[in-house]
Amino acid sequence: MNVIKGKGVSNGVAIGRMKFLGKTRTGVKRIHSENSEAEMSRFENAKQQTLAQLEQLYQKAVVEVGEANAQIFEIHQMMVEDEDYLESIENIIRSQSVNAEYAVACTGDNFAKMFSSMDDEYMKARSADVLDISDRIVKNLTNAQTEDFSADEKLIICTDDLTPSETVQMDKSKVLAFVTRNGSSNSHTAILARTMSIPAVIGAGEQLLDEYDGADCIVDAFTGEVYVNPDKETAERLTAKREEDIKRRELIRQLKGKENITLDGKKIKLYANIGGLSDVGEALRNDAGGIGLFRSEFLYLESKDYPTEETQFAVYKSVAENMAGKPVIIRTMDIGADKRIDYFNMPYEENPALGWRALRICLDRPEIFKTQLKALCRASAYGNIQIMIPMITSVREIREVRKLVSEVQSQLRADGVSFNENMPIGVMIETPAAAIISDKLAKEADFFSIGTNDLTQYTLACDRQNPRLEKYCNVYHPAILRLIKLAVDNAHAEGKWCGICGELGGDVKMTEQFLAMGVDELSMVPSLILEVRDKVRKCDTSKLDRNILSDIE
Amino acid sequence: MKNFTYIIKDETGIHARPAGMLVKCAQGFKSDIKIEKDGKSADAKKLFGIMGLAVKCGNEVKVSCAGEDEAEASAELEKFFKDNL
Repeated sequence: MNVIKGKGVSNGVAIGRMKFLGKTRTGVKRIHSENSEAEMSRFENAKQQTLAQLEQLYQKAVVEVGEANAQIFEIHQMMVEDEDYLESIENIIRSQSVNAEYAVACTGDNFAKMFSSMDDEYMKARSADVLDISDRIVKNLTNAQTEDFSADEKLIICTDDLTPSETVQMDKSKVLAFVTRNGSSNSHTAILARTMSIPAVIGAGEQLLDEYDGADCIVDAFTGEVYVNPDKETAERLTAKREEDIKRRELIRQLKGKENITLDGKKIKLYANIGGLSDVGEALRNDAGGIGLFRSEFLYLESKDYPTEETQFAVYKSVAENMAGKPVIIRTMDIGADKRIDYFNMPYEENPALGWRALRICLDRPEIFKTQLKALCRASAYGNIQIMIPMITSVREIREVRKLVSEVQSQLRADGVSFNENMPIGVMIETPAAAIISDKLAKEADFFSIGTNDLTQYTLACDRQNPRLEKYCNVYHPAILRLIKLAVDNAHAEGKWCGICGELGGDVKMTEQFLAMGVDELSMVPSLILEVRDKVRKCDTSKLDRNILSDIE
Repeated sequence: MKNFTYIIKDETGIHARPAGMLVKCAQGFKSDIKIEKDGKSADAKKLFGIMGLAVKCGNEVKVSCAGEDEAEASAELEKFFKDNL
């Protein structure tokens, strides 16, 4: 067995035989031709033919991968018609008295070089686009046929790199996966493979040997690993992984777009917990109704110094826009406890979990907090942003936060910057204190979200990092469930909503109980959303055992 | 001649898609339209030229229009930048 490590750019596992596509980019010969007019007219014909093909590809791509991704073929058409590009070709044909093929290939190489020498990963990747259109024109000039593999079985396609047009032209019913030696995750191939849900591994490098042609192979696009002639154990492990993935996709197909509604008509919102911008796609793919917990800490953890207002604003705005009006609940920084950062200069603490963390740091160092609040307020103009405050233990704290938010908002108003005047501010219920005084907090907060992980460790006096305490860390403990029920009831009494964003939110063993308690929203890792939706849709709360809540009453 | 300057807000800068849209927009006018970044300038009607400037988020570009419809061209392009970039 040989294992090749590349970069997975789409998800999925494929099992089959490898098929290597030879590059059709055969060397173009430089042929002397005095008749420049004839070469120009050959070129003109090939150009028109190319434009027509690109238009067809565009139409095909719109159907297969959607308007936005298909636009690359429109760009390709514009490249073919670009004045500088055409001028260069004409110039070479006339001044060097050469054949049109040579002039096109030469121009394509020059423009590709211009892009590949640019100091920008995105622009570097564009050299593939220039080569793609130039190749197409050359093929049309020489009437070469594009290689079409007409095998009867589905295959794992291996090659140096795929051009966007090759990707779209291919008969997808015969492609199990793509493995390429080169390529970047910025490439259109990667984007198209993702959109078409074909497992793809790029950047496999020189280890991807031509001699593997026809070999048995497993592609794991989740990890970017390609197994050539896999052993029995690997095959079994990945077959199981593949089946699980297929089951998930089937679940997505069946449940996507469906409501989170019980058999007796009770609705619940299912949102996603995310830890960064890159998780937004996963949230949308799994049909999240919103972002229930956006952990803003990553902005601080990934940075060497306090992240600026602009940096934060760009991230918050981007999430809000990507979620297109769906709620995006952003938790203000939860630094401290197990998340420590050098530049915060945090003093040594005997007991950091019960120490200077989250809101406590924010209220002691308002300049840091106000930077975040300002970025959040500004971003609120671009979508449905809501702020959530962690580690609340008293009414005073939420009042102080509101005061700081008002200060920030007045400043924005004075500067003529737009923001949402009614941006909701909610609190996390993650300390026993917060749950116990939730009747009072409900008068001040716009919503509650219960953080069950911290609520568990604080209620049961159990350090969740300590493996010896595992048997005491019972997340189903009636004390915790009582506190949850208390918070939900108190929120409802004030006409507010209450959700759960801790790990318990995605626990299908608890879904029925939460529905019975009247929890309004559950937020969880994106991959669990559809499983929970499935559970909700099979529930009938009118037939729930009356005793389901008796334990906690 | 009509000029305006603009600071790019789009995170990815003027990448292929907006460059294509920009070219289409510019081609609708008779005026000569130039885009300048750090002293380098490109014809706004040429895709490769614009992409070659590699304009990124935060860069300032100067757009100048000269010709019979320069006023309209400048107004329309300024709107284009604000809406798309």
